[in-house]
Amino acid sequence: MTIRNEDLMTQAQDVPPSAAAGRGEGPAPGDGYNFAYLDERTKRMIRRAILKAVAIPGYQVPFGSREMPLPYGWGTGGIQVTASVIGPADVLKVIDQGSDDTVNAVNIRRFFHRTTGVRTTERTGEATLIQTRHRIPETPLAEGQIIVYQVPVPEPMQRLEPREAETRKMHALGEYGLMHVRLYEDIARYGHVSTAYDYPVMVNDRYLMSPSPIPKFDNPKMHMNPALQLFGAGREKRIYAVPPYTKVESLSFEDHPFEPQRWSDPCAICGARDSFLDEILMDDTGSRMFVCSDSDYCADRREMKPAETGGQE
Amino acid sequence: MSADFDRDAPLLRVRSVAKDYGSIAAVREASFNLWPAEVLAIVGESGSGKSTLLDCVSGRLKPDTGTVEFMTRHQGMADIHAMSEASRRMLARTDWGYVHQHAESGLRMGVSAGANIGERLMALGERHYGDLRAQAADWMARVELDEARMDDAPRSYSGGMRQRLQIARNLVTRPRLVFMDEPTSGLDVSVQARLLDLLRSLTHALGLAAIVVTHDLAVARLLSHRMLVMQRGRIVEEGLTDQVLDDPQHAYTQLLVSSVLQP
Repeated sequence: MTIRNEDLMTQAQDVPPSAAAGRGEGPAPGDGYNFAYLDERTKRMIRRAILKAVAIPGYQVPFGSREMPLPYGWGTGGIQVTASVIGPADVLKVIDQGSDDTVNAVNIRRFFHRTTGVRTTERTGEATLIQTRHRIPETPLAEGQIIVYQVPVPEPMQRLEPREAETRKMHALGEYGLMHVRLYEDIARYGHVSTAYDYPVMVNDRYLMSPSPIPKFDNPKMHMNPALQLFGAGREKRIYAVPPYTKVESLSFEDHPFEPQRWSDPCAICGARDSFLDEILMDDTGSRMFVCSDSDYCADRREMKPAETGGQE
Repeated sequence: MSADFDRDAPLLRVRSVAKDYGSIAAVREASFNLWPAEVLAIVGESGSGKSTLLDCVSGRLKPDTGTVEFMTRHQGMADIHAMSEASRRMLARTDWGYVHQHAESGLRMGVSAGANIGERLMALGERHYGDLRAQAADWMARVELDEARMDDAPRSYSGGMRQRLQIARNLVTRPRLVFMDEPTSGLDVSVQARLLDLLRSLTHALGLAAIVVTHDLAVARLLSHRMLVMQRGRIVEEGLTDQVLDDPQHAYTQLLVSSVLQP
């Protein structure tokens, strides 16, 4: 289903489109599985958790995570969230580290294609639902799109305070001094905040949230994003969300403001200077090149380039 | 309300506090007052209920009966067990300090000394790295720690240094009341002497009120103005430290004083 954000509240009361699919409308699910693999009651349970998460931006809602046909750490949380919101009319894109053609992305895309029959795409603009591991696409997201993040560790303070009862209390009381202790340590040790991914954010001025291991380069994209952002952690059994147009602020010190990564060179393939670059080693002598991590964005720019810029740079 | 400067009102008022562990009465009918800038020692043998009383008074444990009231900065006398957990925790990390017997329980062993000192300030919203470091350096100097070791983790510190770091971490928010649970036991005597000296000068210089739980009468003698003697959960004797130690009235206190080894 293509859900618009204002429809989200009513959606729970409607008959889910996926139930209609189960009755034979739309493409038939393969291999005797229910539409999108999970049974309808599980999907309802997860949708309830999602609604609660949307209502309390950044708050981690516990849910009854199911065993999925892939190991923990491969995106079981993200898959369950995707399975609960996907409908026959959706167009699905799956990325892993920005790329559409890595093992994880290919397999999750095939999984949903087999169990739902929905159309899949590699183009960010065409997708209504994007499941991602560790990146936010470079092409700006739009209203009506949903992005689902795979989250390994939902609790941003876990490494500093291992007791979960304590971290939950800290969230409840808004005691977040501890998180700055981590940033302080970074600066004391390295002279700057060395945390480069999973950089903690404050959502809606209330809840501290782990953005999942996206590079901090992507953090500013979460702020006031028109798309609905959902986060699923399968092993830790938590779902959280950032509703459209919500304030998302990366933590910082006054004299050490938040700074995303920068590169001195543009992408070696498409020449982009505004995208997140991966370093690729070319041979044994250490030569290397920097290319866009978002494969769709890079391909798009290459197609457009002759008309637009007429050559390199 | 200028509760701060009202020297006639107690800072802490404890009334009929009792705590049972099942059929064991750990603390029975404990009542006392603590005035601003006063150091009170609670002494007694192991199992006499000193630590349970300290836990009840410092809000870490809810007593079965009785009240513990603290003179807050803005609302006057407030029952700490009746207030919300949020305000109690706020009180605990601003106006109070808690020095543990084992520094490991009071410190974050994995992060640097500077971050340990700065944590309370960051929790209160201090967001300037330079200021945090300046304050950490200032407090390290005050507790006689080498500033050069600010970025070392307390793991690499000796026992005495850890205890001093713990004190700095607690005092950085300028609390008015510090609870200390056997602050010097487990340290060798010369380190103990230096730490006691430091504690005495700090409480005096900052006008700190403190409750010190100890089984060591020498510590009580050096640090405290007044003392309570506990036996089997009851306060059996109360008075000025010198008076109690030089002229003990209760049979148990007499026993306690006479059992101190003289080198």
